[in-house]
Amino acid sequence: MSEATSNGPVLTQDGVPLKTSLAKALRREKLRAFLLIAPLLVFILITFVLPIGDMLWRSVENGIVRDTIPHTIESLADWDPASGETPGEATFAALHVDLLEATKEKTHTRLGSRLNYEISGASSMFRKTGRRVKKMKDENFKEQFIKVDKKWGDIEYWRTIKQFGPRYTGGYFLNALDAESTAGGVSFKPEDERIYLFLFQRTIFLSVSIMLSCLLLGYPIAFLLANLPVKTSNILMILVLLPFWTSLLVRTSAWKVLLQQQGVINDILVWVGLVNDAGRLVMINNQTGTIIAMTHILLPFMILPLFSVMKTISPTYVRAAKSMGANDWTAFWRVYFPQTIPGIGAGSILAFILSIGFYITPELVGGTSGIFISNRIAYHISSSLNWGLAAALGVMLLVMVIALFYVYDKIVGIDNVKLG
Amino acid sequence: MAALPPYTSTAQRTWHYTFRIICGLIFFFLIFPIIVIVPLSFNSLPFFTFTPEMLSFDPAGYSLKNYADFFTNPDWNNALKNSVTIAPVATLLATSIGTLAAIGLSQSHVPFRSAIMAILISPMIVPLIISAAGMYFFYSRIGLQGTYLGVVLAHAALGTPFVIITVTATLVGFDKSLVRAAANMGADPVTTFFKVQLPLIVPGVISGALFAFITSFDEVVVVLFLGSAGQKTLPWQMFTGLREQISPTILAVATILVAISILLLTTLELLRRRSERLRGIRST
Repeated sequence: MSEATSNGPVLTQDGVPLKTSLAKALRREKLRAFLLIAPLLVFILITFVLPIGDMLWRSVENGIVRDTIPHTIESLADWDPASGETPGEATFAALHVDLLEATKEKTHTRLGSRLNYEISGASSMFRKTGRRVKKMKDENFKEQFIKVDKKWGDIEYWRTIKQFGPRYTGGYFLNALDAESTAGGVSFKPEDERIYLFLFQRTIFLSVSIMLSCLLLGYPIAFLLANLPVKTSNILMILVLLPFWTSLLVRTSAWKVLLQQQGVINDILVWVGLVNDAGRLVMINNQTGTIIAMTHILLPFMILPLFSVMKTISPTYVRAAKSMGANDWTAFWRVYFPQTIPGIGAGSILAFILSIGFYITPELVGGTSGIFISNRIAYHISSSLNWGLAAALGVMLLVMVIALFYVYDKIVGIDNVKLG
Repeated sequence: MAALPPYTSTAQRTWHYTFRIICGLIFFFLIFPIIVIVPLSFNSLPFFTFTPEMLSFDPAGYSLKNYADFFTNPDWNNALKNSVTIAPVATLLATSIGTLAAIGLSQSHVPFRSAIMAILISPMIVPLIISAAGMYFFYSRIGLQGTYLGVVLAHAALGTPFVIITVTATLVGFDKSLVRAAANMGADPVTTFFKVQLPLIVPGVISGALFAFITSFDEVVVVLFLGSAGQKTLPWQMFTGLREQISPTILAVATILVAISILLLTTLELLRRRSERLRGIRST
């Protein structure tokens, strides 16, 4: 440094100004850090972020109608369902052209099942028409179509086709919210047909119950562990960590075995005499089963954050409160408890987030009354094959989780997640 | 809370013991379901409860039948084979690129660090059913659905956040001047990494790898959607078993898995102690 002359910029040994040299080194360091991160970033983008994006896209994508019957959609452009009349001959002629093409590719049945999600009967209508469309004469298409299936003369079916003509649709989301768009605009379905809002409600209700029971059971344990001598608490900690590390399926199968009507718990209750042999408790395949099993599974996630917060609370505050005349309860409630609130917040949000996305345990011990929204998503992917609706439900669940994580990040900080 | 001081009142004494009993019951709730399946797995009859023979410790009440079934039944054998071929490969993939990224992230000048971190951690945050749905849609588009590679990639993606978190935590205690010292003495970056940095952060890398392994080994939702019959893993086989015809073999499998968890937990604890000891030495 002492070599620097007073009338020029500071130079490094090879004659480059120090400023440039430093900037270059900084740039190189940034590049090196980025190159180290790049493989994983690309990997996660391809294997994980793109799939999630695909799901978002599928929840609004609706190309099938336009791709299968393009001419029909075009000719429906200036047809107004409010007129109360079915479309004219030109539309039916276009439909004939489209269906001839579609039956060759066998895509008409897929369109039928797609539209069947919106209006029942569409699937059979397309299948039936597909079989006859080749034999149709080149005149009076409208009459011929209505002869094949009366539903072609029903304005509701045409309204649905027109409504789902565009390439993108909000229809899956409307369905996921138990709403439908009718002639009179968007409205909720009748009370007894609402499935998803009810399921969302139940998912949230069960998750809150699980969260509260985790808190109720986790708080005393965390308190005990934080206040025992380290040696004892380390040993007792194993009792918390072992369930945490045990496979989810092992714990679920254990509960399935224990809670059965011929299972260990009922046997003990009968033996003790609390219930008689005929009155064995039904604790599985209902909400009770889900709550018990999931409380057990998520309890460590509540205890660990609570414990790490309680560990940092100095015992001197409670001692000071007591020395100033507070009784045990007041000292706990007014002095100790408020200091544990960050832990309660972290543990509760964590337990809640994990529980609203649960699939395996409700599926195995929940029966029909204890299932979550996830189980419905899985059903739509593998059984009903309504992928668009599954994606829309998934997006709604994802939005809820991300919002909760944002809160979690504000309270705890995502970097402070501790494992084990 | 250790020994009660002599001035405690009866009420305080009562509460003290009541509280301990409550805690005991909660610990019992935590551990009982896991412990109870161990003796039940040795039941000689296909029941899920203790038979009178078992309660009277009659050797005839116990047998290794369920274990024999696990090791001879082709369904379970296949599942075991798939599990041990998928999990290690996914672990290796997740650990290697995860460790590199964690080192990159711990450098002092990383542009968009928090955004990158959010993306890298996301597989841990998104509920499994949503990851499974998205992967199912996307992987069937590109022909990876129902393939071994598809399952391995998905499991590796799910495991990387754990590697990132554990390795980053270890790197906090890593003294960066050691790297500079090595460079100063003429070592190139690759030599520095393998000879200086890696040996010091290896406990973090191993515990990250264990997390990644257990994530893949226990994972069932994603493989359920993404895999075909050829990728049926142990958890998948257990899931089918529990949903359709529940057979007592599941208890034997569960016991074996509990043993594996205990092994992993012990390893992790030993690693934690080792790294604490190392750090203790360095700080003095």
